[in-house]
Amino acid sequence: MRIIVCIKQVPDTSQVRIDPKKGTLIRQGVPSIINPEDKHALEEALRIKERCQGEVTVVTMGPPQAEKALREALAMGGDRAVLLTDRAFAGSDTHATAQVLAAAVRKIRDWDLVLCGRQAIDGDTAQVGPQLAEYLGVPQVTYACKLHLEDGCLVAERALEDGFEKVKTRLPALVTVTEEINSPRYPSIRGIVQAVKMEIITWNSRDLGIEQGQAGLDGSPTKVNKTYTPKPRGEGEVIPGSPGEAARALLARLRERKVI
Amino acid sequence: MDYFLTEEQKMIRDLARTIAREQVAPIVTELEEKEEFPREILDTLARADLAAVYIPEEYGGLGGGVFEQCLVMEELSRVCGGVGVSFGATALGAYPILLFGSREQKERYLPDLASGKKLAAFALTEAEAGSDAGNIKTTATLDGDEYVLNGTKQWITNAGEADVYTVIASTDRKKGARGLTAFVVEKGTPGFSFGRKENKMGIRCSPTRELIFRNCRIPRENLLGRPGSGFVVAMRTLDKARPGVGAQAVGIAQGALDEALRYSRQRVQFGQAISSFQGIQFMLADMATQIEAARALVYSVARHIDSGSKEYSKESAMAKLFASDVAMRVTTDAVQIFGGYGYMQDYPVEKRMRDAKVTQIYEGTNQVQRVVIAARLIRETALGA
Repeated sequence: MRIIVCIKQVPDTSQVRIDPKKGTLIRQGVPSIINPEDKHALEEALRIKERCQGEVTVVTMGPPQAEKALREALAMGGDRAVLLTDRAFAGSDTHATAQVLAAAVRKIRDWDLVLCGRQAIDGDTAQVGPQLAEYLGVPQVTYACKLHLEDGCLVAERALEDGFEKVKTRLPALVTVTEEINSPRYPSIRGIVQAVKMEIITWNSRDLGIEQGQAGLDGSPTKVNKTYTPKPRGEGEVIPGSPGEAARALLARLRERKVI
Repeated sequence: MDYFLTEEQKMIRDLARTIAREQVAPIVTELEEKEEFPREILDTLARADLAAVYIPEEYGGLGGGVFEQCLVMEELSRVCGGVGVSFGATALGAYPILLFGSREQKERYLPDLASGKKLAAFALTEAEAGSDAGNIKTTATLDGDEYVLNGTKQWITNAGEADVYTVIASTDRKKGARGLTAFVVEKGTPGFSFGRKENKMGIRCSPTRELIFRNCRIPRENLLGRPGSGFVVAMRTLDKARPGVGAQAVGIAQGALDEALRYSRQRVQFGQAISSFQGIQFMLADMATQIEAARALVYSVARHIDSGSKEYSKESAMAKLFASDVAMRVTTDAVQIFGGYGYMQDYPVEKRMRDAKVTQIYEGTNQVQRVVIAARLIRETALGA
């Protein structure tokens, strides 16, 4: 089984504060981490590899510093790491990012499965995985909380709002996973030492055959107009009384405000 | 402060810190209340290679020494002293094998300790033989190709959980300390059982029990060193292990200071954070200064030992003595800074004060440490060193 895991280096948002004046994240002094759900995707890839052999290639698009995330992935047990980096990629939205990742996956050629985290903690879009599957033209399974292989097919359980859905698909395919799927291992000291010595494959836009305007800000149809912190909503109102009385009072209030 | 750690030492410290923060911190209270052995945490540490730091590479270890072991002990103890000692007890049980074992014995036991597949423990103390180790009453009698062990060891850390026990017993009661011999006894050997679990003041997740030997027969090749060398084995083992207790004490103290600092900035009295009062500030400054001094001493002694020095019982005793006294003072002051809240079990500092106390007692009371230091000082002077 040849597995590609797409990861993203993100600021540890549990330690991020928001500049109240500018409405932007204060990234200064905030450590960068592998996006948590991507780590679960990597862990799942490593477990599949341990069960039925194979190779795990970890891919990330980002600035040169994203190498740190790749080294951590190698320390956990990844076999190969590819860094997609180019000034022309800066400012990519999900569409442009998925384009670059798709070019990299095609360039890797021999693969059976792409695993991604469901979404990144800095953007929360959950779009890159599905978009990548579309551009690669392979089946996609999102929100997977359980995975196993059965007669060369992949069976996934999807965690949906109102229950679970079991899906079977042929390979190659792309799966995005949620954090319920496993608990990621810590890298071992030997793994970290080994990862320091391993080569990181680096590809730029020319290596990937990405044209100007296809990635980065120019290749991104999404534009951010404004970011702001919503005003706190203030205290809610509690309507007292028995359930019947409270419901009547609520109904009257809603009618009064012409909500219904 | 920069202690000029190597890249690998930084990796060890950072990984231990991460595991302590992510895996230990959320369950400290639960471990304490249930007195539950932190088996899963030890397994996680082992998978990360942290059980292997002090074991030579040829026996499956990372090839570090006492210093690397101290780094892990400090980080774990900063979050929970009980987890720290549960982790450290295996090294204490392994040192006799490392120091005095034959090549065969090392090959048999050390790789499983390095991988975390097995845990170890060290058994010296008895009801009437604590500081006075020469008064050990557990006997080992040679019968054909086997030694027969009889007696009871007391207050053994990791008892019941560990698989490999290094035990000091008397092979010749007439000779006292010179009649002691060290053995390796494996869990499951017929005639070897465990007594009840002690109800301790602190480090409550670490099990402390008796080892009971009733005609327990072990093969002759389980003898460590030579017959009659047991006292030396025990003393050299403790010399090597004591900086680990020092590191545990530094960790406990640092954890208490972390909490006291955080609390003093949150707690408002007379309309301002109590950290703005000089009375509190001076306490915090003294706590931090003492901790840094203790850490510097523990690290220096650990490096001195790892450099291949032959004689280090004085330095090792100093590291343990100083750091554990600092831990007791600092944790007491942390409770004081928390005031009434500090005395409550719902707040995180009284546990540290209870955990700190044992570091002044085990692996030789601090009074015995002073005896060791003074004896060395006087001898060095007499020899004109």
